[in-house]
Amino acid sequence: MNVKNKEDSILSLANKLRWEVGVDFHDLVIESIYRDASRIARKTVVLKGGKSTYNFDRKLDRILTSPWLGFPIMFLLLAVVFWVTVAGANYPSQLLSALLLNTVHPLLKNFAEGIGVPWWLSGGLVDGAYLSMAWVVSVMLPPMAIFFPLFTLLEDLGYLPRVAFNMDSLFRKAGAHGKQALTLSMGFGCNAAGVIAARIIDSPRERLIAIITNNFSLCNGRWPTQILIATLFIGGAVPAYWAGIVSAGAVVGVAVLGIIFSLAVSWVLSKSILRGEPSAFSLELPPYRPPRILQTLYTSLIDRTIFVLWRAVIFAAPAGVIIWLVANIHVGHSSLAGYFIQWTNPLGLLFGLNGVILLAYIIAIPANEIVIPTILMLTVVTAGLTGVGEGAGVIFQLDTIGDTKKILEAGGWTLMTGINLMLFSLLHNPCSTTIYTIYKETNSLKWTLVSTFLPLAIAFTVCFFVAQLWRLIVL
Amino acid sequence: MSDQSKCESCGVHNRKGNLIKLGIALDKIDYVVALAGNPNTGKSTVFNNLTGLRQHTGNWPGKTVTRAVGGLSFGDKQYKLVDLPGTYSLLSTSTEEEIARDFILFGRPDVTVIVVDATRLERNLNLVLQILEITNHAVLCLNLMDEAKRNHIEIDVRSLSKSLGIPVIPTAARQKTGMYDLISAIEEVATGKYIGAPHRVRSMSSKLNHAIEMLSQKLAEEFPGLPNVNWIALRLLEGDQRIIEAVQTRELESFGKALAIHE
Repeated sequence: MNVKNKEDSILSLANKLRWEVGVDFHDLVIESIYRDASRIARKTVVLKGGKSTYNFDRKLDRILTSPWLGFPIMFLLLAVVFWVTVAGANYPSQLLSALLLNTVHPLLKNFAEGIGVPWWLSGGLVDGAYLSMAWVVSVMLPPMAIFFPLFTLLEDLGYLPRVAFNMDSLFRKAGAHGKQALTLSMGFGCNAAGVIAARIIDSPRERLIAIITNNFSLCNGRWPTQILIATLFIGGAVPAYWAGIVSAGAVVGVAVLGIIFSLAVSWVLSKSILRGEPSAFSLELPPYRPPRILQTLYTSLIDRTIFVLWRAVIFAAPAGVIIWLVANIHVGHSSLAGYFIQWTNPLGLLFGLNGVILLAYIIAIPANEIVIPTILMLTVVTAGLTGVGEGAGVIFQLDTIGDTKKILEAGGWTLMTGINLMLFSLLHNPCSTTIYTIYKETNSLKWTLVSTFLPLAIAFTVCFFVAQLWRLIVL
Repeated sequence: MSDQSKCESCGVHNRKGNLIKLGIALDKIDYVVALAGNPNTGKSTVFNNLTGLRQHTGNWPGKTVTRAVGGLSFGDKQYKLVDLPGTYSLLSTSTEEEIARDFILFGRPDVTVIVVDATRLERNLNLVLQILEITNHAVLCLNLMDEAKRNHIEIDVRSLSKSLGIPVIPTAARQKTGMYDLISAIEEVATGKYIGAPHRVRSMSSKLNHAIEMLSQKLAEEFPGLPNVNWIALRLLEGDQRIIEAVQTRELESFGKALAIHE
């Protein structure tokens, strides 16, 4: 008898015995385990009198997951978090940009000149790499340093599973897994993390849906874009005392729109290329735990904020060099950037964007978080603004957020451009890190491509219709 | 670093048996310790406390999706700590359960620390009993004792330890209490100072017991030295695809060693 047969004989014995013991033996085993567990627990656990905090938890859950109040409370919490972020980030952002852009940059520039660095080297390094890094830090650090601790506090408190509970029925109706609400929430932090978190979903079909649609969770890399544009164009369109609330509302609106897109795309996928029924699962609502404030501050600042910021800075440096190069390498009478922007501008305008945004978007493919700094730099270097900056390829001295708006308006921006940029930034393809993570998680080129190009197509379609409708109605 | 070495030479520190958090810097490994338990019982917090790493923790079930690995040194031994994803049972076949089960079963950790929520002991015990079916070397970490106290729940630790046949250590990992006792218990089990007699669930059906016995005998013949034969027999009876494969490919004999050495 060879070895193979021995293994088979074990398996056939198992098959034979399975019939002998009867079909209910699985239940028998489980029952025995539960019986023993309950016996041991009875023997060792003593419930003393007194008010249990379970009652409090249950009362809180009845409110936070109630069919009527669950969603309003969720949106309210989200709005409060954004409002605190928007309102709180403004002042430190100004301080940082005053320091990094208006004080340190001239010092570096003078220093480079003083030791006789050739103009192209100091241009590429100081006006390119340094400036874009400084932009990234001053635009991103304050909102992240406020948003992450707030989000981590909610997570520590035990609110996320309640969100999942509230949204479960929606995801089920969309043909997706209820736990997708959790991966979606993780995506608000980082889409790559959200994609990895999709491992908690067992069914491959539902996991793929969660992975493909995670992009519509507005990740922190895109928060600064949303917050800045909302503050400039939407907050700027209403009286000053409403500006904070309205711009926070707009950002919440975009985030909620992202959730709606997540659901809609999940629904379409589950009715087309990823057909199937949603599978059942059980979700434990953990007890509410008093968050550890100090530890939360520490971990969210060190692990999340600094980590994400560092990544952005690393991507920003080479992008800055590239921006400087395309703005300063002249062929004929225009720079490379000038040609590209001129060439793509009609296309951009068709989608309610412009050539600058398209070029910035291409330069920023490695990392979504540098889109806004890139747009600002490109706008300045190509709009030929006088009085701001020191000529081609250099941008700085933006003391107030109003200055930023002036630059953009000089570049031909309108409220519609702002809205379309917010939509585009919400919907377009995931960043390179996320795409790579999707490839590692799915191990499939096909699904990686779907996850990349499906959102991009949706982004262009949505922007196109918004732009056309806007022109029909407003003009 | 110098502050730490001052600490190490001081008597107070030595009284604490020299728990040195190694993070991911492991040069040699004496013992492998697995951290298992229901979701959201604080496994990652225990893991972070013992290794000094900052594996992300959060109050929602299913946060740890892969195994996280870290190290610590206690006494003169080095321990590799593996944080497994939380599971409710080992009997169904979700990805997390497979990761956890495969590691406990085939990775043959020297000690399996089962982290349970003291406020939900009965439900947690279901998993504890299942884990005790497949390993002899376990420590129960009775976590969230602070919450239990707030909820006026008292647990007779000695009687629990006697019923389960393994050491039971009450802890409150978020407050970092009980960690020293926990690592001491881990050491005792790892070095064989404490020899447990884990509780085994007896089935009510003699027919089932007979079937398991027959199959175990055959398995033991074919795979000599295989631990947990009874449990594997039971899984084969249930038609567990993963275990059937492991028999067919003879993975049962090699898989374990590979998992234990690498990672």
